[in-house]
Amino acid sequence: MSAGTPVRRWGAIGGVFFPVLSVLLALVVGSIVAAATGYNPLGTIGALVDGAFGDPTRIAATLSAAIPLMIVGLGVAVTFQAGLFNIGAEGQYWIGALAATYVGYAISLPPILHILACFLAAMIAAGIWAGLIPGLAKAYRGANEVITTMMLSYVAIYLGQYLVESGPMKAPGTLPQSPIIAPSATLPILVQPQFSAGIFVAIVAAAVLWWLFYRSSWGYQLRTIGRNPVAARYAGMSVARQYVLALGVSGMLAGLAGAAQILGVQHRIYDSFSSGYGYTAIAVALLGRNNPIGVVLAAILFGALTTGGQMMQINAGVDAQLANVIEGLIVFFVAAEAIIRWIQGRFHLPRRASGRPQHAETPAVVEGER
Amino acid sequence: MNVLELKGITKRFPGVLANDHVSFELAEGEVHAILGENGAGKSTLMNVLYGLYEPDEGEIVLNGTPVRLSGPRDAIAHGIGMVHQHFMLIGAMTVTENIILGDEPTPVWYHRREAEERIRSLSEQYHLGVDPHARIESLPVGLQQRVEILKAFYRQAHILILDEPTAALTPQESEELFSIIRHLTQQGISVIFISHKLDEVLQIADRVTVMRRGVAEATLSARDATPQQLANLMVGRDVVLRVEKPPQEAGEVLLSVRHLQVAGRDGVERVHDVSFNVRAGEIFGIAGVEGNGQFELAEALAGVLPVSGGQLLLAGKAITSMSALERARAGIGYIPEDRSTEGLISDFSITDNFLLKEWQNPRFFGPLGLRRSVAEAYALEEMEAFDVRPRDPRLPAGHLSGGNQQKVILAREVSRSPQLLIAAQPTRGLDVGAIEFVHQQLLRLREAGRAVLLISLELDEILTLSDRIGVLYGGRLVAVVPGETATREQLGGYMTGATPAQEEGVVP
Repeated sequence: MSAGTPVRRWGAIGGVFFPVLSVLLALVVGSIVAAATGYNPLGTIGALVDGAFGDPTRIAATLSAAIPLMIVGLGVAVTFQAGLFNIGAEGQYWIGALAATYVGYAISLPPILHILACFLAAMIAAGIWAGLIPGLAKAYRGANEVITTMMLSYVAIYLGQYLVESGPMKAPGTLPQSPIIAPSATLPILVQPQFSAGIFVAIVAAAVLWWLFYRSSWGYQLRTIGRNPVAARYAGMSVARQYVLALGVSGMLAGLAGAAQILGVQHRIYDSFSSGYGYTAIAVALLGRNNPIGVVLAAILFGALTTGGQMMQINAGVDAQLANVIEGLIVFFVAAEAIIRWIQGRFHLPRRASGRPQHAETPAVVEGER
Repeated sequence: MNVLELKGITKRFPGVLANDHVSFELAEGEVHAILGENGAGKSTLMNVLYGLYEPDEGEIVLNGTPVRLSGPRDAIAHGIGMVHQHFMLIGAMTVTENIILGDEPTPVWYHRREAEERIRSLSEQYHLGVDPHARIESLPVGLQQRVEILKAFYRQAHILILDEPTAALTPQESEELFSIIRHLTQQGISVIFISHKLDEVLQIADRVTVMRRGVAEATLSARDATPQQLANLMVGRDVVLRVEKPPQEAGEVLLSVRHLQVAGRDGVERVHDVSFNVRAGEIFGIAGVEGNGQFELAEALAGVLPVSGGQLLLAGKAITSMSALERARAGIGYIPEDRSTEGLISDFSITDNFLLKEWQNPRFFGPLGLRRSVAEAYALEEMEAFDVRPRDPRLPAGHLSGGNQQKVILAREVSRSPQLLIAAQPTRGLDVGAIEFVHQQLLRLREAGRAVLLISLELDEILTLSDRIGVLYGGRLVAVVPGETATREQLGGYMTGATPAQEEGVVP
């Protein structure tokens, strides 16, 4: 069910149906957990929704939390589309943030140009981090990209911490943080305190990715290779080259996200900058079925859980961990699509019984969209 | 006396009536074949009988008593044994261990000696010739199948269901299987023989029940039935069993293979010093038992596997060092052996599948990206020309039946008007109707003066279509014979190495 080839019948509905069902199931089980721990389940969910979308400030906070998840999620989706698994987006996000910070404080440029330079530096650095090393190793030596991206992710995070704790990027003073970036490199804030123009970066990235996936020859190759590398080889596609490109573009997006976070929100990098966005983004890509539109929506949902969870704690006195439980449950239900399909079968929901196994419906966690 | 009666079995799946009041009888010592195309409901019926599905209506009567089977264990306890098309054996274990598996007297230990002794005596009783100590992975497919049969008898089966038993066998192995089946029936075993191959059904069965669209169309005595009659019943219309192949002079040499050597993906050389020519307007068939290098040959010609030695010429031009895409552009079409894993991307739409070799074609991928309307119009046009149903270019290819999937691949390859079409197992697993269609398409290419290299494990297919036939044995081309005069026995001899290679391997 590739979303770019709108499939009539239930295919297109199915593409939306399962993620939505996963989320609903997670909310139901989450309410049961809330009830079991002594809270009013409806009130809890209500507080969560209210906390995330209750007023313009909250919506802004939700969207703000969603920006890095969107961009990194798009990057992860690129690798999933190619049948690869970039688990090291967290490290690439760090590399992007480091590069953007450095260009942000160390170089002086006119306003818009400065922002572009930061983005460019972040994308190049993170793209090389993901594409050149794990990509080339995968394409020409068969090194498993799950291992290489993950290990390089640790290298990146520790490198970043070193740079700001005692390395060349440490700002004068005692705090383990970098200097603040120049005003010319900061993104305009749309809604105070921190909803920045980074949202436009995310939306443009999603639109470009959608076009690339479903309209460009490159995306066609990528999706072919991800689904059937043998057929791709018959068609004369260079699987090795696409692996490098996919990992590279994936890293570029993770780096872009790191830059957007620095330029829009943090304005400097410090040792506890680590966010977990790189890991949550994997769930975002899966829930969004690697479709850029789906990724945007899934990122907003995860952003809502973060913001809503905090507000729920403040307003309803429910521990914010409950939002994490719901997040975990969503991931679980996305992964457990097989269970949902089984439930669907029990209730005779629309389904083609053509008698042959349908690859399209085989759940695969790693290659989310299959 | 009937050992088994199925009375009015009906099984529904959401949106499909898989079995519609099917009745079926099996007499003691009888071979009763169930013949039908894919999706006719044969497997559903057998799964009902094997306790895997519960019928919505109807009853199962065993030896005059109605029974309810709630699982394979029930079926086995009632003396029903089933040999599936794909064997359920563990390669690293011995014959005895495989047979015992799931039937151990205690969870911890079993009497190995006793079990071996019983297996040995069963093997002798039924002329199976299986060594209880042999490791499964060291046995050829034919013997593995007999281990499956032994498994059923070890569990005291007296009704044996064979699901497409000859699909993986060589002609010789099939003959041996048939002689085993005759021994079994002499000893009172009743056999249900499921197949979509007319010839073998007529050869082995006493009675034939033809199924179509979930309905048992007719039950005939095999002695009175004709292949044409059965084929018409299966397909529900008059079909052409043997396509007419008008005599035709072959033209100039289009493909020239010279001293070709190819290593498989594991690096072991699979094709040794193979030379032959395929001419315009000629179908050159490659016969051989599976695993004798034919698919490495096909992949090397298509440019997917690298050539380790020798030369390839297409219409006189060297193509040896060209990539797969360059060869496709130079005029080679390729129908890979396994359509669902190699030829198609099953969750891509049919349109996207048509674009597989067009990703650099500006007709479809313009500066603004994919021209969807152009691509869909093209897909629809080809689907009409090749009668792909349902005619919906946006449907995922995986939702098509096997025959329609193959039509999509054929359409894609033929629409590029190739000089040479390499067709590897183009009709594997297809229905009679779809086979007829594929054969006609290959002959149309021949008529149009193109060259066709047909690689098939089905000797009948090779014999029906080929102008010349090359036989691969152990990676060598051991013979090239004219299609007109070739016989099954002659080819079978070369295929198994029983007849030594001809001195002059190449007939120009």
